[in-house]
Amino acid sequence: MLNLIGRRALQGLLTLLVVSFLVFAGTELLPGDVAQAVLGQHATPESLQELRVQLGLDRPAPLRYLSWLAGVIHLDFGVSLASQVPVRTLVAERLGHTLILAGLSAAVAVPIAFVIGLGAATRPAGVFDRVSSIGALCVSALPEFFLGTLLVLIFAVNLRWLPAIAYVTEFRSFGQMVTSLAMPVATLAAVIVSQMARMIRATVVNVLSLPYVEMAVLKGVSYRRIILVHALRNAVGPIANVVALNLAYLVSGIVIVETVFVYPGLARLLVDAVSSRDFPVIQACVLIFCAVYIALMLLADIAAIIGNPRLRHQEMKK
Amino acid sequence: MTAVKPSSAAANLRNAKRRTLSATGVFAVAILLLWILVALFGPFLAPHNEADIVSDANFMRPTAEYLLGTDYIGRDVFSRLIYGARTTLATGLIATLIAECLGICLGFFAAIRGGIVDSVMSRLNDALLSFPHIMMGLVVIAALGSSIPVLIATSGFVYASAVYRIARALAMELREKEFIEAARARGEGTWWVLSREILPNTTLPLLTDFALRLSFIILFMSSLGFLGLGVQPPTADWGSMVRENMEGLGSGSLAPIIPAAAIASITVALNLLVDELSMRTGRIYGRTRE
Repeated sequence: MLNLIGRRALQGLLTLLVVSFLVFAGTELLPGDVAQAVLGQHATPESLQELRVQLGLDRPAPLRYLSWLAGVIHLDFGVSLASQVPVRTLVAERLGHTLILAGLSAAVAVPIAFVIGLGAATRPAGVFDRVSSIGALCVSALPEFFLGTLLVLIFAVNLRWLPAIAYVTEFRSFGQMVTSLAMPVATLAAVIVSQMARMIRATVVNVLSLPYVEMAVLKGVSYRRIILVHALRNAVGPIANVVALNLAYLVSGIVIVETVFVYPGLARLLVDAVSSRDFPVIQACVLIFCAVYIALMLLADIAAIIGNPRLRHQEMKK
Repeated sequence: MTAVKPSSAAANLRNAKRRTLSATGVFAVAILLLWILVALFGPFLAPHNEADIVSDANFMRPTAEYLLGTDYIGRDVFSRLIYGARTTLATGLIATLIAECLGICLGFFAAIRGGIVDSVMSRLNDALLSFPHIMMGLVVIAALGSSIPVLIATSGFVYASAVYRIARALAMELREKEFIEAARARGEGTWWVLSREILPNTTLPLLTDFALRLSFIILFMSSLGFLGLGVQPPTADWGSMVRENMEGLGSGSLAPIIPAAAIASITVALNLLVDELSMRTGRIYGRTRE
């Protein structure tokens, strides 16, 4: 098992390397170069040359990639072109906010998805199953900015219960944190729940159709016990897999949600950097988001390996 | 998606043989047809031009003259919604066509060739899939700027990798079938086998995938529009319209909600349709959105 996990982890690391290469190569796609993009069409040749030297653009691309990569390993992402501040400082300011938002959304979404998914699986094709299936299908197809703006219109503008903008630099009290994060968290959680509940339901229904569950039913074991003890134990691996896969969605969902609520997180930093073509910041943010995404995918696979006895004991068979 | 249980095999067969759509299916198709008609005949339906500033008052409430009110610089929201249907549907459809063509061609090719070609292509594809779509979009737009051709090409390319997976899996299933073997034994070439034997037998699942992919691509492109990185003003595009009018939200204007709801109506209708179609193919589609 460890062998298998180790190989998968190595594969993840390799993927990250490929991603770092693609992110770096992205800036090479520029017509002209970064200096031209930053200074615009009317820059003088002298100022262009000066900026090129400052950015190290006079060196060949492979060399620049390697020195950039070496910097990244030491958490040195270079200096922002727009603000002349080290990218590390900018990222450090924002990363915490994004982690709070993502963490809270996951903490809210996972239990709700479990209750809905298990509830629907206990009576497939029952009323609750049908309603939750259609509901989840519709919610999962909604754009985040629709959910977000609708929540703002209802709870901030019409009911005046919550502030419209999650403009937070520090949380002064628990109550204030709850009110300012309620809508962004609800938006993200709604999309995660809708996808996760469907997949949890499918996984459990799948396990419930296995012969050993039928055996338990014939033995007279109560339905609740079958689900919570017999089925859930075998569904743990696939469900952990589903959870990790769906949390990976946060990486893209958070980009929209932070924009809707003007939340000072890493995704806002990234979107602003794309608008102003601040390449060192873009590279750093994209790399961080991709690393989290790859890590969650890795976690999903590891959960699948641990949860599946056939994979767990693969070495013993050989 | 529902896990296909052996006991429901009869039900599946019944579903597969059904030619008519359920009530939900009809509802979904009606919404899609409505938007397609609006997109086709937009200029005849819209009372004003998409870029015309028709009123001094911005974020006006709906009135008899301006059915959905006015936007942040006093343009008619109703007219812009109609013109926006054109931009949103046309860019989405073209990008989806690119994604499907690219994905199907490469996926079928990999499945038929097999061996080292297949492994190399599939590994490369896995690497691309480990890049969240929105991140790839942001990097490309940062480098090339956001013009409509760049947006379409990026979305088409980004979503081709998911199509590749499905097309390859479909072709792999068929590859071992007798009628393929028979065609090969007759001496038919690879192209003939792909276009005459494999493609006709994968039409329904591929069409279903088309609808699902279209909904993802519309979400993707309108998300970029919402971030201010999509279709640039003054062209009306639903995602960009949400962004432009966000400042009116605080005063209760419907201008940002209406285009967002229009996108939602299309993506929900497409997903309901996919749900219906996938019951007939008995195939489970990867629904995780990115």
